[in-house]
Parts: sequence; C-alpha cells; structure tokens
Amino acid sequence: MPAHAIVGTQTVPIEITLNGKRRSLEVSPVTTLLDLLRNHLDLTGTKKGCDHGQCGACTVLIDGQRINSCLQLAVMQDGKSITTIEGLAQDGRLHPLQAAFIEHDAFQCGYCTPGQICSAVALIEEGHTTSREEIREFMSGNLCRCGAYTNIVDAIEDVVGRRRQPVQEAAE
Amino acid sequence: MKRFSYHRADSVADAVQALCATPDARIVAGGTNLVDLMKYGVETPSALVDVTRIASLNGIDDTDEGGLRIGALVPNRTVAEDERVAARFPLLASAILAGATPQLRNAATTGGNLNQRTRCYYFYDTKTPCNKREPGSGCPAIGGVNRLHAILGASEHCIATHPSDMCVALAALGAEIRVEGPNGPRRIRFADYHRLPGDAPERDNTLQPGEIIEAVLLPPEAEAFAGHHSYLKLRDRLSYAFALVSVAAALDIREGRIVAARLALGGVAHKPWRREEAEAALVGSPADEAAFAAAATQLLEGAQGHEHNTFKIELARRAILRALGQAAAGTPQSQTDKRIA
Repeated sequence: MPAHAIVGTQTVPIEITLNGKRRSLEVSPVTTLLDLLRNHLDLTGTKKGCDHGQCGACTVLIDGQRINSCLQLAVMQDGKSITTIEGLAQDGRLHPLQAAFIEHDAFQCGYCTPGQICSAVALIEEGHTTSREEIREFMSGNLCRCGAYTNIVDAIEDVVGRRRQPVQEAAE
Repeated sequence: MKRFSYHRADSVADAVQALCATPDARIVAGGTNLVDLMKYGVETPSALVDVTRIASLNGIDDTDEGGLRIGALVPNRTVAEDERVAARFPLLASAILAGATPQLRNAATTGGNLNQRTRCYYFYDTKTPCNKREPGSGCPAIGGVNRLHAILGASEHCIATHPSDMCVALAALGAEIRVEGPNGPRRIRFADYHRLPGDAPERDNTLQPGEIIEAVLLPPEAEAFAGHHSYLKLRDRLSYAFALVSVAAALDIREGRIVAARLALGGVAHKPWRREEAEAALVGSPADEAAFAAAATQLLEGAQGHEHNTFKIELARRAILRALGQAAAGTPQSQTDKRIA
C-alpha cells in the first residue's frame, strides 16, 4: 500500500514502541492515543480527565516529549516511541519522581498524578526548573483539583536537587 | 467523533491533490485544535490529510533574504526555544511562551497555530446558532456572554476573536506566509492572511481551496526590533488562558528617537489588530508616554464594546502604554514571573 493511499474508515496497521516494547497494532482512524492505551491495551494508568487537552491528566511521552494523548490520533503515531506512567519504573524500582511524589505527599485523590509525573519527567529534561515560579509556569498544563500544587513543586524540586548534587560532588 | 477517511500524504503535491479531491477534507498535524473540534462535532470532515510525514515542511532555516524560514510543521516549542529566533526575533519566542501549555506547545505546529479557530463559546456549542459554524444561523454572542469577544473590526454577523498569541507577534514582525496550492506557490503578507468577519465569518483566512501552508517567513528588517520589544498578555488567570487583551510592541530606537515601530493587539479582533497610522504616530518621537498615548488612541480608534467587554477598551489602552514602556526600556515582560514591571 503506498504511503498516501486513502484508507477510508477501516483499520490501519501501525507499529509503535510502547514502554520499550515493539507493538504491531490495527487502529481505527477515529481512535485517540488515549483511548488506544486505556480501552485497547489495558494501560489505564494514563487518565482521561477532560478529554479536550485542558487538564493534562492524559499526558504521556511521545519520542520523549510530553503530549496530551487525548488530542493525538493513534493512527498518526506509527513509528513513534511512547512512554506511559507504567513504563517509568525500571527493574522494579520507582522512577525518582514517583518516589518523590509519595515522599512529599504530592497528591490527594491521585487522578491527575500519572499525568503530573509524566509531565514532570519531561520538564526536568527541558530544564525549566531554575525556580519555583518557573516550575509552576511550566507545569501549568497539569491541573490538580485537590490543590496539591505546593507539594508537587516540592517533589519536583527535590528530584532536580538530587540530580544536581552528584555533579557538584564530582566537581569538588 | 464522526468517522473519516485517513490519508497520509508523502509530499506537498500529494497533500494538495488530496485536498482538491475531497473539498471538505482537513489537514491534520499537531491535532490540538482540530481533533478537539471534531470531538465537539464542530468540525466534521469526511477525510483528514496527515501532513506530518512531509519532510519539506520541517526545519528552521536562514533565507537568502537574510531572515528565517520556519517550516509549517515546526512545533511551537521548537520555535520558542530556537537560538536564532531568541536572538533575532525574541518577540516571537516570548509570544509563543505566553500561550497554551508545554504539552500543547510540543504538539501544536506553526501552520496549525495560524489556522486555529476562535474559542468563542457559541462557536464550540453546537446546540446554539453561530454564523461562523453555520452561516446565516445568527450570532448569540451579540447580546450574549461576550467577555472574550472583539472590540475592533467586528461585524453584525460575528464578534469572535482570533485566539493566537504567536500570530500577534508575527503580525507585528511583518511575517509572510508561503503557501502551495493547485495554482502553484504564492506568498501572503501576514496582514492579508487572516480576515475580518464581515458578512462571511465562516472564512477565517484567505487560504484558497486546496492550499496548504508551507512555511512562515520572518523578514530581516524585523531584527531591528530585537533590542526593544515586549509581549504583554492580560487574562483571567496567569497561565493557560486566552488573552482578554495582549500587546506585541516593538521599537527601533536610535539616539533617543523612535525610527521604526510595530504594534499589534491580540484578543480584541477577528485577526491580530495592527494599524499603520498608529505606528507612524510613534516614528520620529522620543520614546515617551505622550507618544505612546497618541499611538494607543490611533490603534484603538473606533473600538466598540459589548455588554461584558467594554472594559477591554481602557484595558487595551493601558496595556499598550505599558508594553511600549517595557519595550523602550529594553525590559520585556517575563512569561515566567507574571508580575508586570
């Protein structure tokens, strides 16, 4: 099938790398990435909040970039590498941000937490963490209706500080 | 979401052909606005043309004319963080960072930002009439809830605003848009791209059927504003909200006098609002409050409020003064520390 063929409303084959594993899938053009993850692949860690790109609960990493999965069509993810909250822990050990969220009590109901953590993973890579104000501004795409923002910023600052520390020690 | 055909284009020519073959097809790239509108049933295309695999729509490159070419697919964040943009066209970087969220800026593209639709509540609500969504059905924003709506250039058919921050900076910088279509390529001045609503509010811009944005071109002369600029955005909450009023101000000041000026407003009209008379009023003057006030008066001439947004006229006037003051002082508004200096 040529790349530009009209494929109609039938399913389309795609290949993605999902949490480190290659997956060959058949998706309908109308299926969003969020619905693919939750309804077809049983990866329910990624949450559906507003479903309109306004709350950030559905945030996942696509090729390392934080993206609202509710506004992405699954069919357009062919060839991409996607990391969800389920893919952050390594060898049975929590990602440092997951541990920091627990340590700092950075949630109440927990519904926004997977999106907050995926967003924060990318935030730290982007480097917009030089002040609490900057962290807050660059986490503005993730709403927390319980209002755990103060502790969320604490958790992120903690991980940022711990990442800096070894570098400083090495410099000494 | 209504079902649609999916077409993955492998070249600009292929995309143009697909658009011509299916007149109600829509181009999809970042998806941040179109997919949302499809979920609401506001957009119901029978086909989507995915242009994200077209390599020629990528990249930020120096042009032969000495400016920059930003490919239509370049994400908003990539533009805002590009070193050449930050050094030569910092107003653009600042405006982009004033809008949306990191997640949306990662996905939203340059071309898509231009073509995003209004966030008028009635346009989004398919239970209500809307001349932009259904021509001839009426405009409930006139006489309805209209806090976000236009105070300039509106018509009896539509008082919607264009929601982009990026476009306000592009208007001020005098960008051009390169499009490709069934009749070949052409360049459109930014001022001529978006439309005022008039009696055809369903048409947001002057793109013709089958045409696709290839790139946005930043002219070299706009680099003269790199030292004196500010993007000041006022809104109901400090992050992730559309502008009530925003101002892109850019000055070229030499020996204490303004030799060139650009001024554009967001959140007040169906397109970024610029008026050359207002900019001309600044040229030759010292960068002082009297000159700024004269420019504000010119730019806001004819402004008319509605039930819930008359306050925007005075807000805009004051924001113009403040943004020009920030630009003159060389202290642009921070998009992280939201205190207005």
